[in-house]
Amino acid sequence: MSFTLPVLVATQITCEKQDRTLFQDIDLSIESGELVWLKGENGAGKTSLLRILVGLSEPVTGQVLVYEHDVHRDINLASAYYVYAGHKLGMNPLLNALENLEFWSAMQGFNCSQSHISEILDNVGLTGLEDLPIKNLSAGQQRRVSLAKLWLNTHAKLWVLDEPFTALDVNTVAYLEAHIAHFLDQGGAVIMTSHQAISLGKRARVFELEYTW
Amino acid sequence: MSSETRETIINSEKGKSSAAMSGGSNTQDIGITKPLLAISKRDLSLAYRQRAELMQPLMFFLMVVTLFPLAIGPSPQTLQLVSGAIIWVAAILALLMGMDRLFREDYQDGSLEQITLSPAPLYMIVVVKVATHWLVHILPLLVLSPLLALFLNMSMDMYFTLMLTLIIGTPTISLIGAIGVALTLGLSRSGVLVPLLLIPLFIPLLIFATSAIDSAAMNLPYGFQLGIMIAIFLLALALAPMVIAYSLKVSQQ
Repeated sequence: MSFTLPVLVATQITCEKQDRTLFQDIDLSIESGELVWLKGENGAGKTSLLRILVGLSEPVTGQVLVYEHDVHRDINLASAYYVYAGHKLGMNPLLNALENLEFWSAMQGFNCSQSHISEILDNVGLTGLEDLPIKNLSAGQQRRVSLAKLWLNTHAKLWVLDEPFTALDVNTVAYLEAHIAHFLDQGGAVIMTSHQAISLGKRARVFELEYTW
Repeated sequence: MSSETRETIINSEKGKSSAAMSGGSNTQDIGITKPLLAISKRDLSLAYRQRAELMQPLMFFLMVVTLFPLAIGPSPQTLQLVSGAIIWVAAILALLMGMDRLFREDYQDGSLEQITLSPAPLYMIVVVKVATHWLVHILPLLVLSPLLALFLNMSMDMYFTLMLTLIIGTPTISLIGAIGVALTLGLSRSGVLVPLLLIPLFIPLLIFATSAIDSAAMNLPYGFQLGIMIAIFLLALALAPMVIAYSLKVSQQ
């Protein structure tokens, strides 16, 4: 009998914002090759949960392990296994797409050539825009630069995506969906929020947070 | 009140062919040198692109120091007496002016989140950021100081001591200042709050720095004052990075 380690195990997670308990005692486990679609109304705590899962926010109670590394205690070790694409782009508006992605790769400890980054930018439809500061790009184009991280990091086992389709056009949405499906086929795991329907041709486990006051 | 969670399994509506897009040829180096060098290189590059904004604290420093002789009067003795204090107070205020941008832009555009998820510990990253900030903001100030020493009729001994106190004291200001900036990062209007929080913390530095310059003016030994300043710097270097990293995490909650 083979035993595979879950990619992410979150136990008894409770989150409070000011005087409000967003969610309480949540248990969540994500296996390799699994897609978890986090759903809920605005304010239900989806982004808060994702930030807790990647170690950017501390839960009131509970623990999150990524391949047995506690994301809150050993964030520098645990983060080697995942890519987080949040609401914010994580890109400096004064730098161009190439510089931003080169910096991001270096910050994650990757050796990534400029030609490889250019190739990825070509694939996401940013040909000829590599040298423009990203403040001069449209919201959708900026989002594409940010999501290019998913093509750059080929070592990650988990993608944590917060509304990745926001501001993207239909073709780019399809392209990203195909890439997510490919990543799942390769044994990667994905947890994402999206208010729009996703069509990956994959079984998705819906994890719904209910808004209560 | 807590929200409830519900889990269901669904199948997506339609299938799509998977494009082979992840054909990257990158290699992962879990070492921490690369991220640290990258952050320094990026901050230097950003500082160069924002040269005009970089000049503001420097111009402020220059203007404050040149205003004093006009207000106090041209008496060389009087100017010499207050020169150390003027330069130090102006340096603290000028440094605080540029301090606010140390983490704010990274916080606003989300880069700080990605930096936090780097394999390099956050406390090391903040040391590099503070060191780069010091290099970009203080070095021009040190380059300007001979001219200002001339304005204020400083003797060679006083000037030498001033440089020593600035070289030892300004990194301490940067380290302590970064704590205040990191703590107030989540606040939308922290402009006046940062100086209000930090200026009292700089009082010991100011006292020892000006005392060292006064001692040099009177040809007295000033090793004790410098020793205390070095001790404060080492204490700040040992503790501030951890406090800054913790404050950044709290601000990002």
